[in-house]
Amino acid sequence: MSTVGNARPAELVCIPAVDTALAEAARRAGLQACSEPDAAAAAAAVVERTGDIAAAVVDASSGTVLDAMATCKVLRRLDPGFEPIVVVVTADQLDELTLRDELFDDFILAPTAPEELAARLRHLAAQRRSALGAEIVEHGVLTINLETYQAAVGGRALDLTYMEYELLRFFATNPGRVLTRETLLSRVWGYEYYGGARTVDVHVRRLRAKLGEEHAHLIHTVRSVGYRFG
Amino acid sequence: MSEQQAAYVLRTVEERRIRFVQLWFTDVLGRQKAFHITPPELEDALDEGMTFDGSAIDGFSRVQEADVLAKPDLDTFQLLPWHPEGEGVARVFCDIATVDGAPFEGCPRNRLRRVLDGAHDEGYTMFVAPEVEFFYFDSLEPTGPPRPVDLGSYFDLGTDDRIGGLRRHTVRTLEEMGIPVEHAQHEDAPGQHELDLRYTDALTMADTVMTVRHVVKELARAAGIAASFMPKPLAGVQGSGMHTHVSLWRDEANAFCDPDDAYGLSPLAHQFIAGLLAHAKEITAVTNQWVNSYKRLVPGHEAPVHVSWARNNRSALVRVPTVKPSKTDSTRVEYRSPDSAANPYLCFAVILAAGMAGVRGGYELPPEATGNLFDPAEGRDHERLPSSLKEATDTMASSELLHDTLGDHLVEWFLRNKRAEWADYAETVTPFELHRYLPLL
Repeated sequence: MSTVGNARPAELVCIPAVDTALAEAARRAGLQACSEPDAAAAAAAVVERTGDIAAAVVDASSGTVLDAMATCKVLRRLDPGFEPIVVVVTADQLDELTLRDELFDDFILAPTAPEELAARLRHLAAQRRSALGAEIVEHGVLTINLETYQAAVGGRALDLTYMEYELLRFFATNPGRVLTRETLLSRVWGYEYYGGARTVDVHVRRLRAKLGEEHAHLIHTVRSVGYRFG
Repeated sequence: MSEQQAAYVLRTVEERRIRFVQLWFTDVLGRQKAFHITPPELEDALDEGMTFDGSAIDGFSRVQEADVLAKPDLDTFQLLPWHPEGEGVARVFCDIATVDGAPFEGCPRNRLRRVLDGAHDEGYTMFVAPEVEFFYFDSLEPTGPPRPVDLGSYFDLGTDDRIGGLRRHTVRTLEEMGIPVEHAQHEDAPGQHELDLRYTDALTMADTVMTVRHVVKELARAAGIAASFMPKPLAGVQGSGMHTHVSLWRDEANAFCDPDDAYGLSPLAHQFIAGLLAHAKEITAVTNQWVNSYKRLVPGHEAPVHVSWARNNRSALVRVPTVKPSKTDSTRVEYRSPDSAANPYLCFAVILAAGMAGVRGGYELPPEATGNLFDPAEGRDHERLPSSLKEATDTMASSELLHDTLGDHLVEWFLRNKRAEWADYAETVTPFELHRYLPLL
């Protein structure tokens, strides 16, 4: 395994490690890059160490598309995983990419120009950011934009305090589940809070007031247990 | 203050196009004060607080220690929903600190927090639900008795609609701000209304009472009506009280509740009520802090006069409301002397302190008052609450409990201010005197 001697976590892992020229090229383009022999080693080197999502470049051009796709499949299943996944292919291998679109995000022809690889990765990262930026939790009439912290019901913005927002977000991301007061207290407040479980009741009542009569039923009381959303 | 909370607030200010953030705090007499800052100043205010000259605020500082710091409590960041979209205004409650960051002695919010912390250390959390009464008048010009908006107009559909609509709008606005209102109703006196607030912890409720007064007044003003929380604006009819329902909780259970007791009350609740009764006269200067407050505490108008407790007796000072067997969690005691113009922070602090003194001292609960205490014969067996601000402040001055609870800084300032108010009043020649004596003497 060869990683760059820099404290910055790798942003890019190149697989397999046979041809280190790819990682070299990426480094020349200003990326923190390393080379690993296979998907498992890549995960061990990057994901487990940093917990961050890194980009992966899987080289099919020096081997077979079949092997490269097997690697992509493993990378896709990791959580947190690698994104985007870029496959390096020769012009002759292009046909073999057909019907495998879900396994990679982009491809690039060998021999690879490092500037082109860097530009593609930047573009894919920007696309991903904007996709994440619109990360929205929806449940019926309720929408929560996790990026902007704004919640709305039926298009009407809810003016929530921070704890009310956190409580609603937790409810909306766990719909249909019965949540005890203790669970809510430990997951949403995260520490011993004044008033214990009764605090949960107070906040639920405040949240229902803000949702308004029409939508207050989104949070059901489960008698002598807790609450269920949705 | 967590980073995430700050990020939430700053992002919300941006997303909701907030033009001004009001930093709210309360002076010793419970009057709402505020700074208005613009969004670019907010980040600094969150990090470091806002410095201001405390000597300008009643009860805050002596001149030589003038500067104090307002530190926003981000839990309380809330949009004010009546401002138009795109010109948003938000408020956040502040704690007042000295310039070196220590809690400021004259800050009522700090003071309540400290008293709550004391009970919390013993395992108790205080929950409070007040009933806030107030009047809608045509105007607040103090030239004569105010005119209730619906005086003599019970059949006037137009007027009734105007007031009903205003009250509904007020309740809806409070709900939008996360303040659940259990009941809103027209009270006995003409123009008088009541909002029963759903319980919360005492600090949140003190903030809530400040918010409710602000919202009631703002929305009334916008409708061309004047709202007043004056304790007794009209002679001969009920005044505006703030009956305060209190319960203590311990280990996720209502510590006042004991289904086996004849009254449904635990020994702790017995002692708490005994504490309230034993110290009632000492805390009255805080729960009823104006000259006018004592015009409400007179027989015959649903306000308590005698130090007493009872179950279903509306003439008693402490009432124990009946709860259904299936609803024992709502076991509580109702303290009926506070008025709507009290400082809610200090009011809840002294109620808790009086009750807890009974718990700590193992006080014995006297017998229930079963008769109508407004009947002079019945009232004779009970001590009277102070009948004037002067009597109340004199009682407060010698109260160890009050000094311990509020601290010397607050008590001394309060007494100075209230004695000056009494002196002004004592010198005033009132319409009563003119009416009665001018033609006669």
